[in-house]
Amino acid sequence: MRRYRRPWTFYALLALFVGYVAALYGPMLCIYVLSFQDVRGGLVFPMKGLSVHWFVDLFTQVRTGDVKGSFDRSIKLALMVMAITVVVSFLAGLGFRRRFRGDGVVFYAMIGSLVAPGLVLGIGIGLMFQFLGIQPSWTTSALGAQLSWTLPFGVLVMFAVMSRFDRRWEEAARDLGATRWQTVRLVVLPILLPGLIGVALFGFTLSYDEFARTLQTAGSLNTLPLEIWSMTLNVTSPSLYALGTVTTAISFLIIALCLGVIIHLQRRRAARADMGNVAGTEGPTP
Amino acid sequence: MREGAATRFAGLHRFASWLSITPLVLVLVPFFVVPMLAVVAASFMESDGFGGIIPHPTLDNYKELFTSGLTLNLYLSTLKFTILTWIFTFLIGFGVAYFLAFHVKSPLLSTSLFLVCTIPFWTSNVIRMISWIPLLGQQGLVNMVLTGSGLIHQPLKFLLFSDFSVVVAYVHQLTIFMIVPIYSSLARVDKRVVEAALDSGASNWDVLRLVILPLAKSGIALGSVFVTSIVMGDFFVVKVMSGGNSGSIVAALFENISVLQYPTAAAQAVVLMLVVLLIATIILRAVDVRREIAR
Repeated sequence: MRRYRRPWTFYALLALFVGYVAALYGPMLCIYVLSFQDVRGGLVFPMKGLSVHWFVDLFTQVRTGDVKGSFDRSIKLALMVMAITVVVSFLAGLGFRRRFRGDGVVFYAMIGSLVAPGLVLGIGIGLMFQFLGIQPSWTTSALGAQLSWTLPFGVLVMFAVMSRFDRRWEEAARDLGATRWQTVRLVVLPILLPGLIGVALFGFTLSYDEFARTLQTAGSLNTLPLEIWSMTLNVTSPSLYALGTVTTAISFLIIALCLGVIIHLQRRRAARADMGNVAGTEGPTP
Repeated sequence: MREGAATRFAGLHRFASWLSITPLVLVLVPFFVVPMLAVVAASFMESDGFGGIIPHPTLDNYKELFTSGLTLNLYLSTLKFTILTWIFTFLIGFGVAYFLAFHVKSPLLSTSLFLVCTIPFWTSNVIRMISWIPLLGQQGLVNMVLTGSGLIHQPLKFLLFSDFSVVVAYVHQLTIFMIVPIYSSLARVDKRVVEAALDSGASNWDVLRLVILPLAKSGIALGSVFVTSIVMGDFFVVKVMSGGNSGSIVAALFENISVLQYPTAAAQAVVLMLVVLLIATIILRAVDVRREIAR
């Protein structure tokens, strides 16, 4: 903590950080590079040729399974999970701000749902459907199984977001004559919007990559991670890597989109706050 | 009159709070509470051997589980992976979080570097795991470099499909679960507290041990719960990265599912859940998570 001379721990921790990031991204980069080999390509280095052969292979070959269909299902499922996660987490975040009877029970049920081994919960949902005599399918049992995982994450993020929310803004709106619904729509929602986009990001990506909970609940049709899992067991061509490259590209696209929207919102808000200050009125600027 | 209005107001608030967490309850009950009860119920029933369950109460599933020598071995093996993964994720996670919170002076740079660490968390775990194969395999990059440079003459075999590669894959996937909560608790530490300790003559080691670690306690506890519960509940990483050489509790459970022995699997699941909950409770007893997150 000396100001002008950096201690040796700085360099040691810098090395640790750089090493960690390299180990985090290095292996992933390897498979992205290897997915661009030509028809002679194998699973290891050295690189053989340069083409998009394995990407074409991925979407045309039957032996690699139903990649296109599972991809389609995964995106649709992730969008459903995302929408439900945002709405339910937002409402729960508002509700949990006050202590009330039974709030602890709900909170710990949520934590239990988060730490429950995915496969065990999947089996439980499968058994429940069996008892009830309903066929499991990706739009019912798998949707619920994924929500039991994305909602606790969403609500925890909302907790962090809410802790920076000043109650007085809400009270001020009410004092100025806003109805309950107007307060939520015109004051609470706009202020919490960046946090809600963060929740949406969690909802989408956690669902899109979910494996353990979906395995026993997807019914007869696979989602993409289940398809990848069966591919890891029986496909030994760079198609597997090509699939990795495609799914990662989608994830990155979603992340970039969400971050872009958050940054845009914050810029706009900062610009408005400046204008507000010039005009002599102060708006809420978290 | 006034008091009556206040009570009614409080009642309205309580009602509103309940109303807004109702959707959460409506998901948690059918997709967490009831399924778990279904697992507990199934663990006390008999199997018909064809995937069906006979509603006839029995303790045989548990008897079988506790008398099998395999159970103990599986728990020991999973516990070994859990402890090793916890040690490495904690050391790396704490180091990285400490670096970002205390050594990177610009808040914007610190946040950006933090984001760099979290982005892979939002991509496929399966893909991140198999990405070690071209690196660690017998003809992988690591062996190629080592033999090419003449350091070793024969490719190292322990790198892939071994306990080593299982721990590598776990640490690769789970360190982020340590970094995020530890970073968020370290970022809230008032830097002046550290300065004050140094000015009062504390050594760097004392500052770490007596000031920073206690303040990071809640973050460490949360991260530890994530890491231990995920490793205890995993079967996928062990299966692929050990090449079938190591078992895990959930892998054994999954095998029973695939031969349609649901009641046996359910008994295994119940015992595992209890162990995971016990570990989580022990770790979390020290901190009030809800207050810490909302702080």
